[in-house]
Amino acid sequence: MQLKELDSPLWTAKPARQPMRILVIEDDREAAGWLVKGLAESGHVADHAGDGEEGLNLASEGVHDVLIVDRMLPKIDGLTIIRKLRENGIKTPVLILSALSDVDERVKGLRAGGDDYLGKPYAFAELLARIENLGHRSVDAPLATRLRAADLEIDLLTRTVTRGGKPIVLQPREFKLLEYLVRNAGHIVTRTMLLENVWDYHFDPQTNVIDVHISRLRSKIDKGYDEPILQTVRGAGYMIRDT
Amino acid sequence: MNPRIKLLRTSTFRLAALYLILFAVSVSALLGYVYWNTAVLLERQTDETIRAEVQALADQYRIRGLRGIIDTIQRRSAEDSGSVYLLTDSSGRRIAGNLNSLPAMPDDEAAWIEFPLDVEKGSSRERHIVRAFHADLAGSFDLVVGRDVEALRQFASIIRRTIYYALAIALVLGLGGGLLMSRNFLRRVDAITDASRTIMAGNMAGRMPVQGSNDELDRLALALNEMLDQIESLMAAMKEVSSNVAHDLKTPLTRIKARVEAALRSGSEGEYRAALERTVDESDRLLDTFNALLSIARAEAGQSRSGLIPIDAASIVSDVVELYEPMAEEEGGTLVSDARAGLMVMGDRQLLAQALTNLIDNALKYGAREGETPQITVSGAVEDDKVVIAVRDHGEGIAPEDRGRVTDRFVRLDSSRSKPGNGLGLSLVSGVMKLHKGTLVLEDNAPGLSAKLVLPLHHEAS
Repeated sequence: MQLKELDSPLWTAKPARQPMRILVIEDDREAAGWLVKGLAESGHVADHAGDGEEGLNLASEGVHDVLIVDRMLPKIDGLTIIRKLRENGIKTPVLILSALSDVDERVKGLRAGGDDYLGKPYAFAELLARIENLGHRSVDAPLATRLRAADLEIDLLTRTVTRGGKPIVLQPREFKLLEYLVRNAGHIVTRTMLLENVWDYHFDPQTNVIDVHISRLRSKIDKGYDEPILQTVRGAGYMIRDT
Repeated sequence: MNPRIKLLRTSTFRLAALYLILFAVSVSALLGYVYWNTAVLLERQTDETIRAEVQALADQYRIRGLRGIIDTIQRRSAEDSGSVYLLTDSSGRRIAGNLNSLPAMPDDEAAWIEFPLDVEKGSSRERHIVRAFHADLAGSFDLVVGRDVEALRQFASIIRRTIYYALAIALVLGLGGGLLMSRNFLRRVDAITDASRTIMAGNMAGRMPVQGSNDELDRLALALNEMLDQIESLMAAMKEVSSNVAHDLKTPLTRIKARVEAALRSGSEGEYRAALERTVDESDRLLDTFNALLSIARAEAGQSRSGLIPIDAASIVSDVVELYEPMAEEEGGTLVSDARAGLMVMGDRQLLAQALTNLIDNALKYGAREGETPQITVSGAVEDDKVVIAVRDHGEGIAPEDRGRVTDRFVRLDSSRSKPGNGLGLSLVSGVMKLHKGTLVLEDNAPGLSAKLVLPLHHEAS
């Protein structure tokens, strides 16, 4: 998915609502530098490790909210780091960052214990959205049967949606789309994240299909309400208001 | 290597030699059996006849005395039966018989003897071999009964000679034939080796010689030639791709460079910003192109074929159509699917969905004539042993002469140049089909295009 505008308010102006401590394990100094700078500008605290050994040591302290791990690293490779951390009971969410981006490699990364996988090159907005998604995921109660965002409510058992008490009828896919957005309420969700999580497609369809689905959903949940709940974040993706 | 030694080392020659040995052994066994059944048996029969006669004469002597035996010997000697008789007294004087004197013989009382005898044949005399039994009658007479075995001996020697000649001829023919066959075989193998050397030396147009006899060497040469054709076309495709890639990457890079240089010259903040934004756009497109090229390469290399699993293509169709249906509607058109469950194929859901996505995307872009809206149908059905997924539109279609080349990388038809795209969509579809052992068939939908994914139907292992 192309992220056209770089003047996103996301990381130039608006600080993160929940600052996180992030460890970047990446051997390319320049790339790591830009990444750390971008994360800091977004209101997070970022540490950097230049090789696998240092990365494993720092990550083993267990003080970080999210790890960003490159796959090909000097001394210890990324997947081994993740495996060792998981063996030692450290459950810090991991975003794997790698130039090896096809589906097979993605599966390998997730099997090793990674939580998300992003192929290089990436758009920073995409990375940030995924990091924040991982950061808050750890505190979510995944077994809840009711999800709520502002005056919108989803009942996962009866598969019904209400806004301000009024029922909204959704197609199954629209329901899934809304569920994913509401689960990440207050956080930006990128088009690629939607394609991966709602449609389970790990390729780029090169067109704005997602936008059309979002605008359909929007017409159902926002039409007739003063304050739209489903917002478009320029240059990044979409977000459901949580308050 | 010495060519003669090389000849002896060929597998054909070794095989011929082995057969030759087997053949020689069986010929020897056969002739030996014939020899045994004729010469040896006849000789033995002769011996038995002689012995019986000696026995009969001894009986005569015992019953009728000397007179009796002399009578019998004289009567029998008169017959020209090839038999030889001689009765002498103890001093060796002839009493009766057709033999003049006792031949030289060992002193044994009773023994088999063989001696030469001159026989009158018309006017000439011939020396024949006689085989005889020498017996002692009551200690006072010597009795010799024999037979002319010349014919028998000659017969035996003819048989023996036949055996030797047969063996010799078999050996010469077998050896010569083996050498000839191996030389022929060797010549053809050498020709193939030479051809492969010239190809290795860089002459990709070279091919293995084919005789036209459709024997195993011809089949090998044909298979090698097919392989070479495939390699050559792949190499040609690769050359074309790399030059296309170079060209297609050069154009946007030149644009980027020109824009950035112009912005730097202008010195204005706004220009900088605009140039940077356009640069990001342009590099995104370049990256998309690279990713598409990589996906095609991966699909074509068949690397992930092991990752194929039985999957119902109908579910892929309905998922992708569901994803794209709102978009078609947005453009005022329609996208309908008609695929019943049970389209089992060995497939990769991601790649098949991506291929179908590309076809639908094309149909949305080019599937409507000027002023019309896209009307797209996606159907899935089993035809014979194939699963056919067809995307049909009512656009301009693709001219028959262009259908072959639109799947080549970076090929964009003139009519499509005004729309965004990198010319890799159908290449990817065709790469994905190759990986799935299927084909992309482009046909006239009269009007419009019918793009079909034809995949082998997967039968559940029962």
